[in-house]
Amino acid sequence: MEQKIPTMAEMAAEGKEPEILFWVGCAGSFDERAQKITRDICKILHHVGISYAVLGTEESCTGDPAKRAGNEFLFQMQAMTNIEVLNGYNIKKIVTGCPHCFNTIRNEYPGLGGTYEVIHHTQLIQSLIDEGKLKAEGGESFKGRKITFHDPCYLGRGNNVYEAPRAALEILDTELVEMKRCKSNGLCCGAGGAQMFKEPEPGKKDINDERMLDVIETGANVIASGCPFCMTMLTDGVKHMEKEQEIKVLDIAEITVRANGL
Amino acid sequence: MIGQVVFIIILLGAAYLFGKNVARVRRNILLGRDTDRSDRPAERWAIMAKVALGQTKMVKRPTAAVMHFFIYVGFVIINLEVLEIMIDGIFGSHRIFSKPLGSLYGLLIGGFEVLALLVLVSCVVFLARRNIIKLKRFSGTEMTTWPRSDANYILTIEILLMTAFLTMNAADYKLQLLHFGHYVTAGSFPVSEFISPLLPSGTGALAGIERGCWWFHIIGILAFLNYLPYSKHFHILLAFPNVYYSNLEPKGEFSNMASVTNEVKAMLDPSFVPETTEVSRFGAKDVTDLTWKNLMEAYTCTECGRCTSVCPANITGKLLSPRKIMMDTRDRLTEVGNNLDKRGKDYTDDKTLLDNYITREELWACTTCNACVEACPVNINPLEIITEMRRYVVMEESQAPASLNNMFGNMENNGAPWKYSQADRLNWAEKE
Repeated sequence: MEQKIPTMAEMAAEGKEPEILFWVGCAGSFDERAQKITRDICKILHHVGISYAVLGTEESCTGDPAKRAGNEFLFQMQAMTNIEVLNGYNIKKIVTGCPHCFNTIRNEYPGLGGTYEVIHHTQLIQSLIDEGKLKAEGGESFKGRKITFHDPCYLGRGNNVYEAPRAALEILDTELVEMKRCKSNGLCCGAGGAQMFKEPEPGKKDINDERMLDVIETGANVIASGCPFCMTMLTDGVKHMEKEQEIKVLDIAEITVRANGL
Repeated sequence: MIGQVVFIIILLGAAYLFGKNVARVRRNILLGRDTDRSDRPAERWAIMAKVALGQTKMVKRPTAAVMHFFIYVGFVIINLEVLEIMIDGIFGSHRIFSKPLGSLYGLLIGGFEVLALLVLVSCVVFLARRNIIKLKRFSGTEMTTWPRSDANYILTIEILLMTAFLTMNAADYKLQLLHFGHYVTAGSFPVSEFISPLLPSGTGALAGIERGCWWFHIIGILAFLNYLPYSKHFHILLAFPNVYYSNLEPKGEFSNMASVTNEVKAMLDPSFVPETTEVSRFGAKDVTDLTWKNLMEAYTCTECGRCTSVCPANITGKLLSPRKIMMDTRDRLTEVGNNLDKRGKDYTDDKTLLDNYITREELWACTTCNACVEACPVNINPLEIITEMRRYVVMEESQAPASLNNMFGNMENNGAPWKYSQADRLNWAEKE
């Protein structure tokens, strides 16, 4: 990357405390597609001049997939280790690139001694738009395209965040369409509850293929989302339908970066 | 006089039986583990007013919502008339409210009649949706003979009760016009005046019909009351406390198990002394491992299937059906309760909710997406039961699917669900 990514360890060594910690998450750290989104979130943070840092090698899985799979021991081991690191750096505010990390740190860490103000990156983007710090100019135009937003379960139903990601799309000069199953009625991509890490149970079809029917019905040529797991599932779904030429799957952060030419 | 005695005996008998059945259901619910839902009472009353009383979650399906609303309002308001019927039954009076209420009485009876007609029509439509149109939502593996019959019985009974009520009024109205006996002119009959021409004109026959319908209606109501605790229709009562005790936290938040916290703290810090350690099973193998709230929800479920119809696993043909999770929990709890009654508390059958009722395949098909929780009009949470059972399978039995065990292993060893080294966590920053 052009800019240097500041880590908490370096900041602490200089006696500095960043305004916000960017919690990258495992997918954002290791999955190649999600890594690109991680870099785009950093570009946005850098662009608006927020002082931020990442934990880097000190970050560890929040424990979300372990908890949803029923392994509460492993979850709490992960949580308490992370909380020790976060509290050690006196973290107050966290932005995550993943709705699962967002939900876990925001809702499940306080009971274990880790209380922070936690936002999802689409909420950060929304507040930057509201403050006038982010616009949609100087970059790629989305004019003539049709965008639909796929609500990640742990952002939407899980935490009632429906408007923030849409706010980032509404400022584009483009047509926004809703799928018939959207917002609180949104259909899961199929990856939640640790399904990401196992084969689905026997059935008629895969859940992401079912979701593609909703996408195709809207005639959208961009599916926007805000979750690395949804990203994988939706991208696979588009491939199964052999629609890679017509339909692109993009994260809200990627769309924001493109629209601003960052 | 004999009529009054018979009525009082039937009334007391019905009240006694109902009280006994409710006490049995309450005892069964309290077989569950404790959980505290006594906090934030103001918020709880508000959510009860909105979701249970106001039925705000029903509107997502407008046709069902409108007709359900007719039946609901009809049920609540026609109960005012039942009050009069009871007083008349006990004191041998006839339409005792007619004098004190004056012209208001006519308005009330007229209103009841319109509601009764709306209830009747709605029930006929509901029967048609289940048996002629055969809506998909009312089918599924768990919708076996009994649940299907239960629904049809409820609707048929309601149709019969409303028919008896209207026929009774029709006969009464005709007798009033004939100035027969104690049938004083009282009430207005906007619906039953159209039925009265169909009735015989002899006063003896009319009085017979009027009395017959009166007795059928009130005995029917008392019998129906006693059917409730055996039926999905119990939701008309439990919906209110069930919504009052709703989970008020964000749906994405899963409970942190305090028993695990103690062990993890002790592991990370050997000097840690846990407060009070309650030795119990991790997660749920049987209904008694669930909380009383989970069990209350099982008795509250009216098997409408909104949960299953939005479940991504079910939609794509997997075995999981959230409605089945609730029905299985209720059926198993009833079985445990019956064992307790018949064989005492030391008896245990070799059955459990896990495996005998709910299979592992069902549990592992869940994506924890909360669509079922969102869809339930009375805030039932099938996901919590699924999670508790996964906890048992994973922590007590170590029987997670192999791929999930791999994921756990990766997380333990390198702090990520995949096999990547923690030292490589910042590699993304070097690319592009």
